[in-house]
Amino acid sequence: MTDRVASALPSPARSEGSSTRRIAAMMLRYWYLLRSSWPRLLDLVYWPTVQMVTWGFLQYYIANNAGFFARAGGTFIGAVLLWDILFRGQLGFSISFLEEMWSRNIGNLMMSPLRPGEFIIALMVMSVVRLSIGAVPVTFLAIAFFGFNLYGLGFALVAFFFNLMLTSWAIGIFVSGLILRNGMGAENLAWSIMFLFMPLTCVYYPVTTLPVWLQPVAWALPPTYVFEGMRALLVDKAFRPDLMLDALAINAALFAAGVFGFLKLLESARRHGSLMQTGE
Amino acid sequence: MPGLQPPPIEVDRLVKIYKTVVAVDGISFALKPGTVTGLLGGNGAGKTTTIATIMGLVLPTSGRVTVLGAEMPKERYRVLHRMNFESPYVEVPMRLTVRQNMKVFGMLYGVDNIRERTAELARQLDLTDLLDRPTGRLSAGQKTRVALAKALINDPDVLLLDEPTASLDPDTADWVRGHLERYCRDRHATVLLASHNMNEVERLCERVIIMKRGRIEDDDTPAKLLARYGRTTLEEVFLDVARGEGIHSEAAQ
Repeated sequence: MTDRVASALPSPARSEGSSTRRIAAMMLRYWYLLRSSWPRLLDLVYWPTVQMVTWGFLQYYIANNAGFFARAGGTFIGAVLLWDILFRGQLGFSISFLEEMWSRNIGNLMMSPLRPGEFIIALMVMSVVRLSIGAVPVTFLAIAFFGFNLYGLGFALVAFFFNLMLTSWAIGIFVSGLILRNGMGAENLAWSIMFLFMPLTCVYYPVTTLPVWLQPVAWALPPTYVFEGMRALLVDKAFRPDLMLDALAINAALFAAGVFGFLKLLESARRHGSLMQTGE
Repeated sequence: MPGLQPPPIEVDRLVKIYKTVVAVDGISFALKPGTVTGLLGGNGAGKTTTIATIMGLVLPTSGRVTVLGAEMPKERYRVLHRMNFESPYVEVPMRLTVRQNMKVFGMLYGVDNIRERTAELARQLDLTDLLDRPTGRLSAGQKTRVALAKALINDPDVLLLDEPTASLDPDTADWVRGHLERYCRDRHATVLLASHNMNEVERLCERVIIMKRGRIEDDDTPAKLLARYGRTTLEEVFLDVARGEGIHSEAAQ
């Protein structure tokens, strides 16, 4: 091995650097990762497609056999696609975070100038990128197979999307904090926590279907307002801005609680030395 | 005025307790600028916890740690861009190529001329031919050199190294030590080096801190430690301390 002289090194221009650049660095890191692995890319599209096709055929069958569903065209496929925004949004956030745990890189990040807030923003942006890669092709398949055009929801779709993403980020942030604090033993939460919300947020049925005592719980969850709003739009042809504003208010509180929880769990991880014991 | 500059690293009565386990038990030391200090001790002596606390990765139970005048971890963002580290507890992402990793970490550390810096470090650490290979496909020795390149990407004033040559063959390990030696000399960087390799410590360090069960058992220059313990190698000194056999030198006694 040849010997070289360190003094030949030019001093790198070095500063505290900008927040935007550190966020861009993290997004670049995840983009490199996605690009380097076709199974990761395939996984983004695979489940949304399978789910949409399954529920699409079910809807097609009952639409031809029941009067109510014939009127409520698209509620199942719409629910599937919106549920996927919620579920894939959280999963996209959590998987990008888990990549750092799997690769034992979290220590590098926590000891770098990257701030927790910047890390969270990078994960949020990447969840949108991952969701777009997975969900956008599926929405076109829904048009091709079942004639359901999600984009036909217009402005309502923007309101639905924004509210669902806020919820998915809030939960993703909190789960990431739990994993930081408790290590990979908490990894399963990232994959399963959203299914806890599935029956309660009334994805496929109205809130009135739930027992009366459970309905306040459902109304405490922002996605419930989105799914009710979607049914109002598709069945009654009425956009309900009141539902979206209520969802937004609860989401704001949920997001703040998620960030607060993450910071507290991070502090607890520093206190317990958990950041030194990450990995598979 | 140089006299007013704070020490690059100052540890003051640091205590770290994990539940009931006392990992670090009231240690204090300060490092002078531009020096290489070895942190020795057996497994569980508290070296890694000490380094992790200095980096702000672990909150102290009590006591105070300052780096370049900033209290850790409270004020860490003031100085993290001037520090870096290498540790077996963390890895450089395996799926990214070496070049991609250098770019990401260069951006995180606020390095402006990342391309030139990467090329220069690659030349210095013999990584030029490996730059476009995924880090995970490199040999253990090559990965260690990549981790070292990551640790030097921001030209740190304070460098913390935890077993930097643990997985290297003797030739590569010697070469890495030579590189570190030159880096510290030319950059006037302050280095805290945790190692079990006594040859490495003798070669690189002008001061040695020996820890045992979370406490500092001894702290001096290698020459003075050898004289005090009446030994010819640091390995023998280390064994004396580890086994509690005390000071052998009559003069010292």
